[in-house]
Amino acid sequence: MKAIVCVKQVPDTSGKVAVKADGTLDRASMATITNPDDLSALEAALRLKDATGCEVDVVTMGPPPAEGMLRECIARGADKAYLISGREFGGSDTFATSQIIAAGINKIGVEADDVIFCGRQAIDGDTAQVGPQIAEKLGLPQVSYVAEIQKDGNDLVVKRMLEDGFMMVKVQTPCLLTCIKELNEPRYMSVGGIFECYDNEKHPMTILDYPALKDDPLIEVDTIGLKGSPTNVFKSFTPPQKGAGMMLTSDAPAAELAGILAKKHII
Amino acid sequence: MAYDFRDIAAFKGVWVFCEQREGVLQNTDFELISEGRKLADELGCELAGIVLGNGISDETAKEVGGYGADKVIVCDSPLLEHYTTDAYAKVLCDKVREYKPEVFLIGATNIGRDLAPRMAARLHTGLTADATHLDIDTTKYVEFLKESSSLDLSKQKFDYEDRNLKMTRPAFGGHLMATIICPRFRPQMSTVRPGVMKKAEFNADKAAACVVERPAFELTEADIKTQVLSVEKAAKNMVDLIGADIIVSVGRGINKDVQKGIELAQQLADALGGGVVGSSRALVDAGLISADHQVGQTGKTVHPKIYVALGISGAIQHTAGMQDSETIIAINKNESAPIFGVADYGIVGDLFKVVPQLINEIKAAKAAK
Repeated sequence: MKAIVCVKQVPDTSGKVAVKADGTLDRASMATITNPDDLSALEAALRLKDATGCEVDVVTMGPPPAEGMLRECIARGADKAYLISGREFGGSDTFATSQIIAAGINKIGVEADDVIFCGRQAIDGDTAQVGPQIAEKLGLPQVSYVAEIQKDGNDLVVKRMLEDGFMMVKVQTPCLLTCIKELNEPRYMSVGGIFECYDNEKHPMTILDYPALKDDPLIEVDTIGLKGSPTNVFKSFTPPQKGAGMMLTSDAPAAELAGILAKKHII
Repeated sequence: MAYDFRDIAAFKGVWVFCEQREGVLQNTDFELISEGRKLADELGCELAGIVLGNGISDETAKEVGGYGADKVIVCDSPLLEHYTTDAYAKVLCDKVREYKPEVFLIGATNIGRDLAPRMAARLHTGLTADATHLDIDTTKYVEFLKESSSLDLSKQKFDYEDRNLKMTRPAFGGHLMATIICPRFRPQMSTVRPGVMKKAEFNADKAAACVVERPAFELTEADIKTQVLSVEKAAKNMVDLIGADIIVSVGRGINKDVQKGIELAQQLADALGGGVVGSSRALVDAGLISADHQVGQTGKTVHPKIYVALGISGAIQHTAGMQDSETIIAINKNESAPIFGVADYGIVGDLFKVVPQLINEIKAAKAAK
């Protein structure tokens, strides 16, 4: 048994977000972080490792600097890392991305009782699509919005959140789970882990580039990258700033506001 | 004829996946049907809802007709009683291959967001996530850009003959809007944020006239690799933000006395005519209020008649979910808080002092009417 964790390096949209004049994101000026839900996915995998001693592999698709994030995952306790990186992959939408990552996971190899962990969604796109689409490409069952995981023989019993409650779902392995932050509290990097994370013998970092993946049966080379992706950005734009409202600055602003609301029949 | 996702001309009609929970159709279904009607009219084609479940009566199914559907397709089986990705994706993909709709909309609920990507991957087509605006007609799309973007349209060229579905959604936590198209493959799929599209008035005559189809489909237990052991409702009542006319939301500004802050918010909502308490993400993340209260990009999108923001700084993640409210009132200690940029009325002050005064003044103003 092993755990494969899909992680993504994202711009930190919780801080100041820089937008260029052409309406695209100025990524260069923004800090990058590991996507928060993905840290919960990694933690879930590490807990499985704590309980069973299984191997934990981390995989990402991104530009070469994403290697730093993978090293951090190793410092948290992961064993091996895979960086899917290639100019040909750039600009891929979720459909294209999931094909590429599925092909990468195919290279790693999915065995009988493996579990693939993804975060529910990434904070840059908020789509929540890539996890389920990887599962489809690999022909695996999926459960999304997972808030609890228990092992039950070769199956898993998971709590799947709904808006107004939850479902308890039993799922066969191998399978793919997408994790929400309520699942756990991600651990920090350990000192030993930080020392070890650049030790390539103990923790090999494999680069999977376009030549390495292009002949995989899960990839159609004409539906990847910016041009091949099924969806295209037709326009991107920033919302207009709303005109300034009225600030109530009298000595009795509450009375002033109540008066206006009554006069305008809002109350 | 073989199914070919590239054969654009072979696809006709707009479909809406209508989600039922415990046999009851959801509000989101009706919102999407209402929006689907608009798109079907722009395309000059038929609008159908598709419902999967167990024991779905004609009467229940025809409800979607009351919001504008010409037809409702029902796939009924004990294996479809509870949602499972495997069963629902199989039946829906098989029906899409059979009927070939050109547009397929799914509510961006926890279930819709699980189902839609799986289907799009299997059908070999694109999928837009959490759309908040949809257009076929380019003239209408340009009108929308005029109102909702800061683009200089005089420099833009548009193809007014274009019949692709233009799917607009927030990106990067609401900092950017992006319009997505899927020009080469069909169906054009999108999940749509609950609470955003306006529900049409229910029309009983149209509901009665709605055609119910129950086509044959193949599904066996062996197709389903997951098993639903139980479905549990949340123990407490969930707050209905989307249906509320009045929402008073609280943010980090109530930190000094959270319980009192929430109480004041509820009292203010009651004084304004009866409403519910919302919250910013900060309080939810800190575990001070449950996630069903959260308004914003990762919470709910709301457009009540009155929205009051108490001690909320107004990060764009929050304002993305409430800026279309009819009247926005903000109370914040910090006069440079960005929330004042979207508010119609602002008061700079300590909410623990201002809100009790405001409650009294509103009661007095109402009594004087």
